[in-house]
This record gives sequence, C-alpha cells and structure tokens, in this order.
Amino acid sequence: MTTQASGDALVSLNGVNKHYGQLHVLKDINLQVKKGEVVVVIGPSGSGKSTLCRAINRLETIDDGDIAIDGKKLPEEGKDLAHLRADVGMVFQSFNLFAHKTILENVTLGPIKVKKVAKGTADKEAMALLERVGVGHQAPKLPAQLSGGQQQRVAIARALAMKPKVMLFDEPTSALDPEMINEVLDVMIQLAKEGMTMIVVTHEMGFARKAADRVVFMADGQIVEDATPEEFFTNPKSTRAKDFLSKLLTH
Amino acid sequence: MDAVIASLPEYWDGFLRTLYLSVISGIIALIVGTLLAAMRVSPVAALRGFSMFYVEVARNTPLTIIFFFAAIVLPRLGVKFEQFEVAAIIALSSYTAAFIAEAVRSGVNSVPVGQAEAARSVGMTFTQVLGFIVLPQAVRTVVPPLINILIALVKNSSVAGAFFVLELFGYGRQLSNDYGNQVLWILLGVAFFYLLITVPLGLLAHFVERKVAIAR
Repeated sequence: MTTQASGDALVSLNGVNKHYGQLHVLKDINLQVKKGEVVVVIGPSGSGKSTLCRAINRLETIDDGDIAIDGKKLPEEGKDLAHLRADVGMVFQSFNLFAHKTILENVTLGPIKVKKVAKGTADKEAMALLERVGVGHQAPKLPAQLSGGQQQRVAIARALAMKPKVMLFDEPTSALDPEMINEVLDVMIQLAKEGMTMIVVTHEMGFARKAADRVVFMADGQIVEDATPEEFFTNPKSTRAKDFLSKLLTH
Repeated sequence: MDAVIASLPEYWDGFLRTLYLSVISGIIALIVGTLLAAMRVSPVAALRGFSMFYVEVARNTPLTIIFFFAAIVLPRLGVKFEQFEVAAIIALSSYTAAFIAEAVRSGVNSVPVGQAEAARSVGMTFTQVLGFIVLPQAVRTVVPPLINILIALVKNSSVAGAFFVLELFGYGRQLSNDYGNQVLWILLGVAFFYLLITVPLGLLAHFVERKVAIAR
C-alpha cells in the first residue's frame, strides 16, 4: 500500500474546480470518503453532482485542485489512468452495457482484457456475480433483451467483477421505470451492508436514509451540507437544503 | 461481338490485373484508413492533426495527379520499383485510405459515447476501447459506405491503364485500336468485366450488413 495523501481517506478531493466555458460547475470542492463509507450526493438538477461523480474517475477533466484514490493522484492520461480506473467501479444512468456482447461477456471482458484473468476463472466469477444480482439465467442473452432494471444490475456486476476499491453510481435509477427501481436499490443496499465504499449520486431519498453514512448536498456547484442522513433530513441547516427538501416532501 | 470473343485472353489477363490492383490496394487502404481514423479520435493532438492533414490532402487531390506523383515523381526522389503496378498500388491505396478513414471515423462517431465511457471505466486503454468495444459496433454503420468506396476503388484502378499498366482499361484502349470498327463492343466487354467485380461487392455488402446487425 502506498502512503495516503490525506489521513485514511480512500477518495479525496481537494480544492477541485471545473468550468464549462463561462459556467463554473464545480466550485472549490473538498470531499473525503473513508474506506467502507457510503456517501450519497443529492441536490437539484444542474448542481454539478454528476460532474463530481464523473470527475472521480476522470471521465470529466478538472481545471484545478486534485483528486486522489487510495493516496494516488489521478494520472493525466494513458496506461496509468487505465490502471487506476480498473480500481474504481462506475455505474451509469443509462447502463451502457456493451451492446454487441452477451451479458456474461459484459462482465468478463474487463477481468480478461484488463486484469488478464483466465477465461474459465473469469466466467465462473462472473456467473457468481450475476447470480448474486439475480440475473444469472440471462447470461447468454444480449443487453437489449433485458429490462432496464436487469441491465442496471448487470452493470453493477460488471463493475464488481473488477474487484474495485470504490464504486461510483451516477444516478443509477433515474432511467428506470418505477417498478424496477427497487430491484436495483436492493442490490446497492446489500453492497453497502457488505462494506463496499460507495459514492452514490441519486434522487432516491429512501436509499439515502436507509444506506448512507453521510449525505452530501450540492447546489450551484458547491457542497452546501455534509451531514449524517438523520441530521440532514430532520434538521437541514442551509436554506438551500430546506428549500430542496420542502419541494420533495410536498409531493 | 466476335472481336470480344477473339480477345477473351486479353480480357482475362486485364481482369486479373484489375482484380489484383483492387484487392491489394483495398487491403492496404483498409488498414491505413482504419489507422488514420484511430489517430483522428486519439487523445494525442499531434496524431489527430496529422490524420486530418493527410485525409484533406489525399481526398481533395485528383487521383490522376496522385498517380502522376507515384509513377513519375517518386522514382526521381529515389523510390525505385520494377513495375508500374507498384506505383499504381501506392497511388490507389493512399488515395482510397483517406476515404476509408472518413467512413470509419463517422462509424466510430455513430457508437454512443457511453459505450466508450463504460469501457474506459473498467480500465481499458485507448486501443482496447477502440478494438474491443467501439470498432466492432462501428462496423455495422461503416460497411455500406465502405463497400461504396471499394467499388469506387475498382473503377478508379482504370486510371492505371493510362500509366502503362495493362489492366482492363489498358487492354480496352489497345483493343479499341486493333478493332476500330467494333469499339462499342470492345468497351461493353470492358464494362462487363468490371461489373464482374463490382456487382458481387454490392451483394457482399448486403450479406455482411445482415450478419453484423446489433440490437439496441
């Protein structure tokens, strides 16, 4: 293990700024996530929470500040970045399963090509993961043949197959039909219970209440509050958060 | 008509040479064109710039000038070759590669960006993302324009006939002189042999298109 940059943080963001042209989407973000911690990031649309999530594995570049995973600073490009990304699982809003590969291949491709795991071993581990998320019997199918909820669970299995140190979820349930949201959340809650370090951008307040260790509330590119779910939902400090929560609760 | 039948050996020889020029140039152009397209989407600015420069120059220059350059200028610069076929292959493949690069690039752009993001997220390098995820999915949209380009290549190879290569068109000119009263038949014969290559290419396109269809 390398020496860690800031205490025992697995993911650490220090003074991170990002602009899209004139728009200042991330304003001086400081965030530390410890090993085993589940951090839920919530906030209104356009508050920069997805950008924050994507910046952590450098799908979005940042203008200044630094991001470190397990003490290692995010490399610029190339092989080093690829290595680091292998340790960071990512689950997207739109699943992004490889459309030309079967469900099983979707899960085994990373381990085989990136980690050079033997195909037999990779297949066995992938099947175990697919069983765990409840889609084992779909293994030979193509992604388009599965429902959204099933596809997202496969996407979680694909990320887990790399045995990541941390999992990022970028609005994992926002593209799902209501009746499929729970099957995905159940998998995520299970994962949280098993001690996975997770950063979850979501609108599911129920999940935040049930599984989060901390809730980070973002607005206009800033982290406005960082509290336990209990504290945040019962006694929000900022007017911005109060406003946001009141809009949610009226429906 | 009897002139065509009497000249069948010449036609056959020309047909084989046209086929040879097309196949060799086609393979080289496919490889070079795909590499150019990969450079064009790579994270390295210098590679992107080179690819763009090459494509713009090669596809905007008349083929005859590229042939002239390959057959006459290159030897003066010290690139020697025994036969003019080599010059023809150089000219045809460097010209066609530019078009193939553009077709492949548009195919790459047709693959949703999330596919590449997901592949990068599991730790794949740029070449792995392109080779395992993006290009296999791009094939589907690329095949029809690619076949168009290859058909154009077969017909473009006739320019070689003006540069001392006796392929179909070269023989066509020669036979037109020999049978001055049957030029129409001679040229129809030439066209027929070109169709013998280009029509199966079109059929192949249909076949491959159905084979590589991906459901989304």
